[in-house]
Amino acid sequence: MVKEKDSVIKDHSGSRLLKDKIFLIGIIIFSVITISPILLIIGKLIVKGYRQISLDFLIETTPNTFEAMTSIANGERIPGGIANGITGTLLMVLLAAVIAIPIGLITGIYLYENQEKRLAGVIRNISDILQGVPSIVLGLIAYLWVVKHVTQGFSALAGSTALAIMMLPMIVRSTEETFKMIPNAIKEAALALGVPYYRVILQILIPTGFSGLLTGILLSISRVIGETAPLMLTALGSSVINWDVTKPTSSIPLLIWEFYNDPNMVDLIWSSSLLLMGIVLAFNLISKQIAARRR
Amino acid sequence: MVNSEKITKIVLISVSLLIIVIAGGMVFSLFGGAIPSFKEFGLKFIVSNNWNPTEGKENYGALPFITGTLLTSVLALIIALPLSFSTSLFLGEYYRNKRISKIIGTMVDLLAGIPSIVYGLWGFYVLRPFLVSLGAPNQGFGVFTASIILAIMIIPYATSLSNEIIAMVPSDLKEAAYSLGATRLEVVLNVTVPAARSGVVAGYILAFGRALGETMAVTMLIGNSNLVPKGLFATGNSMASLIANQFGEADGLKLSSLIAIGLILFILTGIINAIGKFIIKKME
Repeated sequence: MVKEKDSVIKDHSGSRLLKDKIFLIGIIIFSVITISPILLIIGKLIVKGYRQISLDFLIETTPNTFEAMTSIANGERIPGGIANGITGTLLMVLLAAVIAIPIGLITGIYLYENQEKRLAGVIRNISDILQGVPSIVLGLIAYLWVVKHVTQGFSALAGSTALAIMMLPMIVRSTEETFKMIPNAIKEAALALGVPYYRVILQILIPTGFSGLLTGILLSISRVIGETAPLMLTALGSSVINWDVTKPTSSIPLLIWEFYNDPNMVDLIWSSSLLLMGIVLAFNLISKQIAARRR
Repeated sequence: MVNSEKITKIVLISVSLLIIVIAGGMVFSLFGGAIPSFKEFGLKFIVSNNWNPTEGKENYGALPFITGTLLTSVLALIIALPLSFSTSLFLGEYYRNKRISKIIGTMVDLLAGIPSIVYGLWGFYVLRPFLVSLGAPNQGFGVFTASIILAIMIIPYATSLSNEIIAMVPSDLKEAAYSLGATRLEVVLNVTVPAARSGVVAGYILAFGRALGETMAVTMLIGNSNLVPKGLFATGNSMASLIANQFGEADGLKLSSLIAIGLILFILTGIINAIGKFIIKKME
């Protein structure tokens, strides 16, 4: 009897503390495993890619596969660069931003102004669903809408359409969240003075929330810069620099895909990826910096 | 004056309705594009495992790609679970508000910024040879390799929500448990995690939705064989990857079948995301 009672109040704290320690060590190990890919990936890109990057790489267009083959056979550096991809990415992302930013801002303002309305709820839900649509499906949509009916062929405009639909829900959400954080008193003070509402939006809300809006926009841009799949179905690619939005256009990710599939050009994947990664990370970190300074 | 108010209102609402038009148009166009294929194959499209573009013997069935997509995504989620769960606890509980948390949190966020094609390259040139050296068949191509890369890609989506929720668990709940003599582990398992449960689950569901639609990295690693995968190390193909691979030379019935697959993918991700959002809404 007494013995049994002893065992009930037996001190387990030793094993409990041990379990506690083991669990914490497990957490730390798994967390290190989680972040290791980013270090490994960036390390690989730098080690394999930095040698190919030069001024020529930035300002010349892609070589054809024969030129690349000859230079490899002679043991020389592959000539040319990815200027057609850089300009294409610039063109398509800018155009996508021009389409998505006004629509996204206005929709975000509408949602902010009509929090409780049913229609606002519907729009918010649809925007959330749009955000989850896979980018390849957006590529199909832009193909069906723009490639088939507007430009009658693969085009930068079609690529931008896919990217713009991708950016839109992110901008809507960040706009609404930003405006929600602005104290109501600021807005009410202006309204009490009889300032018309469009001027409240343009001169009070947007300037006050500017850094928040900018963060959202930069983040959404950083998300679409690296998109490959939707552009394969819409912009297709081009070996020359193209500024005509109705013509096929290349982009940095599209070029990486071409290099990957061409045994003669495969050496160029690392430098192109390094450049792409650098641009994406720069956008990411700048937007983080702006967000951090706001707090 | 009154006029300008009216115009502002009309502009706000008409531009906002655009998003409904876009979404409605997407459904309409996908359905419209898929009709020839559904007319030809009917329900057989979903259950047939024969994808054959050879002229004369044309037949398109989506089963291999539906299974390929589900298999890689589920496996990716299973691989990602312990990693992102640990990371969430690291960031939201054990080292909350510490400098190290900020650094690790930023790095996890950066994972979300890496383009899919770069993940694919890394998987192809680093991960695949590594798995081959461990004895993986098919030169390292297959469902398993694709799933590992997918797991890395969805970790930031799985963690970002659960970090916040775990960090938001009220400290008096935890302190009550500590005052009873609970160890940190016991507090985490019996107080923090149950209190944050639905948020953590919602995060994983949304991450799963991401995995379903990933294209480039999967294309480069899954092996692109149009068959139902026979096992975890077998090759296969996913819906998104098939569209990317076969779109270039597609027209007629084949194009319609690819659009039909896009429609299935659209519906599938829509349902998964709706479930995730529903859980989040219920929490609020």
